[in-house]
Amino acid sequence: MDILVFLEEQQGKIHRMSREAVVAAQQFAQDHGLKVSALILGDSDNVLSAEAADFGVDECIIAAHPLLDTYSADGFTTAFAQIIQTENPRYIFMGHSYMVRDFIPRVSARLHCPFIGDVIGVTDQDGSPAFIKQVFNAKMVTDVHPVENGPVLVSFQAATYPAEKLVSGSPARREVPINLAESDVRATSEEPFQEASGGVDLTAADLIISIGRGIGKQENIPVAEALAKKLNAELASSRPLVDAGWMPPQRQVGSSGQSVSPKLYFALGISGAIQHVIGMKGSKNVVAINKDPDAPIFEIADYGIVGDILELMPLLTEAIP
Amino acid sequence: MKIGVLVKQVPGSEASLRIQPDQSWIDESTLEFEMNESDSYALEEALQICEKTGEGEVVAISMGPAVRTTKVLREALAKGAHRAIHIVEEMPYEIDPMLVGQIIKNAIAEEQFDLLLSGLQSNDLSQGQTGLLVGEMLGMNTATLIMETEIQDGSIRVKRELEGQWFQWITIPLPAVLTIQSGINQPRYPSLKGIMGAKKKEIKAVSKEDLLEDHSRLQSFGNIYIQKKDKRTEMIEGGSAEIVERLVEVFRNEIKVL
Ligand SMILES: Cc1cc2nc3c(=O)[nH]c(=O)nc-3n(C[C@H](O)[C@H](O)[C@H](O)COP(=O)(O)OP(=O)(O)OC[C@H]3O[C@@H](n4cnc5c(N)ncnc54)[C@H](O)[C@@H]3O)c2cc1C
Ligand SMILES: Nc1ncnc2c1ncn2[C@@H]1O[C@H](COP(=O)(O)O)[C@@H](O)[C@H]1O
Repeated sequence: MDILVFLEEQQGKIHRMSREAVVAAQQFAQDHGLKVSALILGDSDNVLSAEAADFGVDECIIAAHPLLDTYSADGFTTAFAQIIQTENPRYIFMGHSYMVRDFIPRVSARLHCPFIGDVIGVTDQDGSPAFIKQVFNAKMVTDVHPVENGPVLVSFQAATYPAEKLVSGSPARREVPINLAESDVRATSEEPFQEASGGVDLTAADLIISIGRGIGKQENIPVAEALAKKLNAELASSRPLVDAGWMPPQRQVGSSGQSVSPKLYFALGISGAIQHVIGMKGSKNVVAINKDPDAPIFEIADYGIVGDILELMPLLTEAIP
Repeated sequence: MKIGVLVKQVPGSEASLRIQPDQSWIDESTLEFEMNESDSYALEEALQICEKTGEGEVVAISMGPAVRTTKVLREALAKGAHRAIHIVEEMPYEIDPMLVGQIIKNAIAEEQFDLLLSGLQSNDLSQGQTGLLVGEMLGMNTATLIMETEIQDGSIRVKRELEGQWFQWITIPLPAVLTIQSGINQPRYPSLKGIMGAKKKEIKAVSKEDLLEDHSRLQSFGNIYIQKKDKRTEMIEGGSAEIVERLVEVFRNEIKVL
């Protein structure tokens, strides 16, 4: 088998990041003359396989088993490892989702095959593909080369490939058996839940001022609040400020916070880590102030200022009529 | 409860990083290193579990070069870890997570930890897998992105962070590996007494080479480089007054929010 793409379930649907991985596989297959198979684990109710029925891949493999209908790291590790052993794919593509983070490293250790995680692209050097990975807090990148010829697990960072580019087709359907016993699943899982939002809805906000670790200390937050008030904007933040207890969780923007798309996203002292950017890249205009000219936030900003927010915030508050 | 904590030393978040002329790595000569962010949350959680259960031992484990690794391990000891294991490694560092996992596994196998905590990911390599590799190699149960822990008899109940602000509690039998997400607790600062006491605590040094059983790498890095940007950003330059003036103009006439 050439490429196997893992189609992950998220709230009854195929995860957006899995669709992106299908796009990655389709483009990679085209460049290298390879075939693509897609894999669904669980799915006794056929919901995911129905959704994948028009994906432009060669076949869709369904590994149905009652113990795979709800996710567990143990169950998924065992099933996934069995499938890789029988199908022997050269590449296994998936999204770098929380589920993938949770069990793919175990598949990697169990089968002794490499896992190259969170990659942001593919390059080709003399016919042997390498996977581009960010290092040092996304300030630089490197090409990661799989060394041997066995299966390689590759997960793609969110939004590396556009899900909308998924080419449709009519894949063959194949069901495969999984050998899994109740005693293989050692974890007991409770129902997922959400915490109260506290009445803050950033998703509806038109103007957002968002502060990051560059704010320095908790005592400086009122300076940002004053600016937000003057601009009539909502105040939001990156995760570290919530972790520190300086900002309420409902005001966090990012992959583990809210996704916002205001007319203006004003990022103050935010480096622009991907988990933050995921939550605000839909903004119409991004203005960023950061004292580091190499901060990744400038890559997505429409307007950038290399400067000190502690100096600029009060001046701006004063200058706004 | 015997708890191991994996702590890595990484360049400080404020560090300005330069790539070496041969592009094989970053220039480390002027860098300050600190404890990886999620690892300091993992250490704090281990200390709190020990304090809550009123018994047990916390062992900090780190692989890296002499000076900076000792610094980070001393910090862990000053905060309350009981002893430390230093896996000594020199340049070129091992970047293959499978080998890193194997080395750490061999360094700790005989400890028979009830619980092994690691950070969610390291801020330098961001492989996001080392703790889980060690766990699978040692046949331990695993759970990731942990935001709360509750020790029970022979098992641990943990709150996992899921995507889109969802959470889930799961219970797994011990021994287990947990990868800790930032924000789970408020890491303490070392006290003066702690800092003094740390000097007397044991740091056992072991050599990386002695722990490596299989030298074949499954993945390798090419050059380190900076990616080209494709977005056009208008950089607003000048003195503070000019910058503020231009910003107000942008808000008023271009983005039209004033
Ligand atoms: C699974 C997972 C989920 C995550 N979810 C989220 C999420 O939902 N949201 C989120 O934000 N993060 C999330 N993170 C964390 C994310 O990876 C980053 O660590 C975080 O976004 C960094 O926040 P920051 O930019 O405020 O801090 P830093 O990265 O520390 O950046 C601070 C910036 O401020 C600048 N600065 C410092 N002082 C000044 C000054 N005086 N003036 C101007 N600039 C200054 C610095 O140059 C630096 O660029 C998640 C991480 C993981 C692994
Ligand atoms: N060299 C190391 N020494 C100690 N712990 C490490 C080392 N490398 C990784 N870890 C641990 O594994 C976690 C995940 O690292 P990584 O897989 O590189 O993202 C880190 O947060 C640490 O807890």
